[in-house]
Amino acid sequence: MSADPDVHEGWVARDLALEFPALRVAWVTVGAPRAGRSPRELRERLRRLADRFHGARALTMRREPIPAAYRAFFRQVGLDPDVQRTPAEAAALARLMEGGVHSHGPLADALTLAVLETGVPVWALDDARVDGPLGLRASEAGERLGEGELAADLPAGRVVVADAAGAVAVLFGDVAPSHRPGRATSRLRLFTVAVPGVPELHVEEALLECADALSGHSAGG
Amino acid sequence: MANVDVRATGTGAGHHRSTHGAERVARTQLRAQIATLERQLSDALIASFPDPAPAVAAPVASAGPRVLGLGELEAVRDALVERLAGAREEAFRRGERQEAARALLERMLLAPGRHKFVRVANRDLGEDGCGVWQVRPRLGLIGMLMGWWQVKLSSGCPLAG
Repeated sequence: MSADPDVHEGWVARDLALEFPALRVAWVTVGAPRAGRSPRELRERLRRLADRFHGARALTMRREPIPAAYRAFFRQVGLDPDVQRTPAEAAALARLMEGGVHSHGPLADALTLAVLETGVPVWALDDARVDGPLGLRASEAGERLGEGELAADLPAGRVVVADAAGAVAVLFGDVAPSHRPGRATSRLRLFTVAVPGVPELHVEEALLECADALSGHSAGG
Repeated sequence: MANVDVRATGTGAGHHRSTHGAERVARTQLRAQIATLERQLSDALIASFPDPAPAVAAPVASAGPRVLGLGELEAVRDALVERLAGAREEAFRRGERQEAARALLERMLLAPGRHKFVRVANRDLGEDGCGVWQVRPRLGLIGMLMGWWQVKLSSGCPLAG
């Protein structure tokens, strides 16, 4: 059994930290999974997870501490969680709509597993495309999401996840196309954003849960 | 003159800082209110299940995640207050309807003959399931002719298809 990867703490821009003192970003780096179907154990874990998520749970989960913290934070940053679902609620709703937690490949499955198990969302980036530590800040005028021709314009003031080179993801939104994991990706950077009210333990658990689901199935072994 | 300028600038900067500080405190308080209201709204929604959720105002195109100013936070808070008030009012009306349905059921049980063919669904009583209480004649036509009435509870939900 391999050791858990180190959890790294990201930075938060001062103006954002003053407004949301408990806001944080954290990440781990792991080997990218081999292309193809998810391994049997991972699919089995998803199936067992689906059994625990019924209609009542999907409704009442908004009262659980962690999903509730994300709902409140969504409101506080101008997102309506009844329109743009929080990640955990979106995953629970998808489970109800699809009649199960269907497998969509190792990475997608590991991300789903993490958010449904812990309530804390995890996203993935191609580690080779990331320049230095990740952080949270407001976008600047004229800034774009990622690089290349697919990079979308960002309005000033949008909260983004950024590296030293620029914005790599919108908070709770799209990951820059230039930074999404692809066939050539050898290492992944799994990151999460913890909002006020989410204990540190759960942040680590989400990242390590995701890393664990991917361990042993990475292209590098 | 120079002294006046320096003092004026210093006072202005200090005032600016304190205004910023006060605004930040106000924003923090508004965020706390929003979190409390969101929790209460979630409770109200769950309590109202399986009735439909309180109506949501038409969704407004989101400008994405950002640090909201005082006015925007107040607008979010006020919208939540409005939704919560609507949800509580609906819960109150629902409680009254359920109370009336329970009273009707009691009257049906006490005097079935005075409530021929009256129906009260479990859902009207605020209970789960598809059961329906109905005043029906005992032994069908004979019961109708003889005035033998009883309250029966149909059980179970209709089979799909």
